[in-house]
Amino acid sequence: MASGEYTSQEYIKHHLTNLTFGNHPEEGWTFSHGETAADTAQMTKEMGFWAINVDTMLWSVGLGLFFIWLFRKVAASATSDVPGRLQGFIEVIIEFVDENVKSVFHHKNPVIAPLALTIFVWIFLMNLMDLVPIDWIPFIFNELGVHYMKIVPTTDVNATGGLAFSVFGLIIYYSIKMKGVGGFLAELSFQPLPKVFAPFNLFLEIVGLLAKPVSLALRLFGNMYAGEMIFILIAILPFWAQWLLSVPWAIFHILVITLQAFIFMVLTVVYLAMAHEDH
Amino acid sequence: MEYYLLAAALMLGLGAIGAAIGIGILGGKFLEGAARQPELVPLLRTQFFIVMGLVDAIPMIGVGLGMYVLFAL
Repeated sequence: MASGEYTSQEYIKHHLTNLTFGNHPEEGWTFSHGETAADTAQMTKEMGFWAINVDTMLWSVGLGLFFIWLFRKVAASATSDVPGRLQGFIEVIIEFVDENVKSVFHHKNPVIAPLALTIFVWIFLMNLMDLVPIDWIPFIFNELGVHYMKIVPTTDVNATGGLAFSVFGLIIYYSIKMKGVGGFLAELSFQPLPKVFAPFNLFLEIVGLLAKPVSLALRLFGNMYAGEMIFILIAILPFWAQWLLSVPWAIFHILVITLQAFIFMVLTVVYLAMAHEDH
Repeated sequence: MEYYLLAAALMLGLGAIGAAIGIGILGGKFLEGAARQPELVPLLRTQFFIVMGLVDAIPMIGVGLGMYVLFAL
């Protein structure tokens, strides 16, 4: 779909607009819609905080279920005979995650390794949607009457923020579980300067603590958003120039999406290992 | 006045400078470490990629925002 019906600005904005469902002050519960993408964005804004990005939820939950289904299927049919290719592949992923968790996390906690595996594979699958040519799925949905469809959940800051703040919740939970409320507060306020400077230390450490989920969320979001943005820009070009740029960028992007999923996983494990350490 | 062109140029350019210096130092140190202790290469490579992802993130975000400012605003 070249820029036949839209101007290129409209095309870009259209591809960056989520399918949002929410309570509009005048029109009640509805999907946000409008003449142009800018109108739609304005309508989404008027819906306020409780609007939900339906496409993000759909694709992220769908990919999560796919991950669970695939890994469960392979685990249930795992054999000690000569394993099939799929089983070999899954085993490689699990061993890779297991090794990384073991090298970073030295405490005893049965949640961490499955959490790391889930984060790695789930984020990887969500990022992988970026490599689907950007007009295929939105075009199909457009034919079905759904005009906005963003298929990469990690280009929505709500999805990455949700992941990062879940990790943040786990950091707080394990800090308090391992050290107690007093121990946790002591850790926050008696470092790095001596005890007399407790309020200053507390302020510094709380900023540091809050920076963790924010940086996790924005790093993943920013990378995927930038990648998606460049794919959209390539799609505006005349058709003969597209594959020339799209192919190298897609190949480079395979590295980026894996690396970002991996970094999100490693940082989660590192943060949780820090939460388990008792001073 | 079209200041947004300048903004995009600053975003892309400064991000590129920072990342180039960062990844240059990182790669140099990685090679140094690998030459001194070749048996540590697998461990170093993992750490190298983690840090490279961290360094790479900010300029990539800059590129994305820069492109948005240039073409979509």
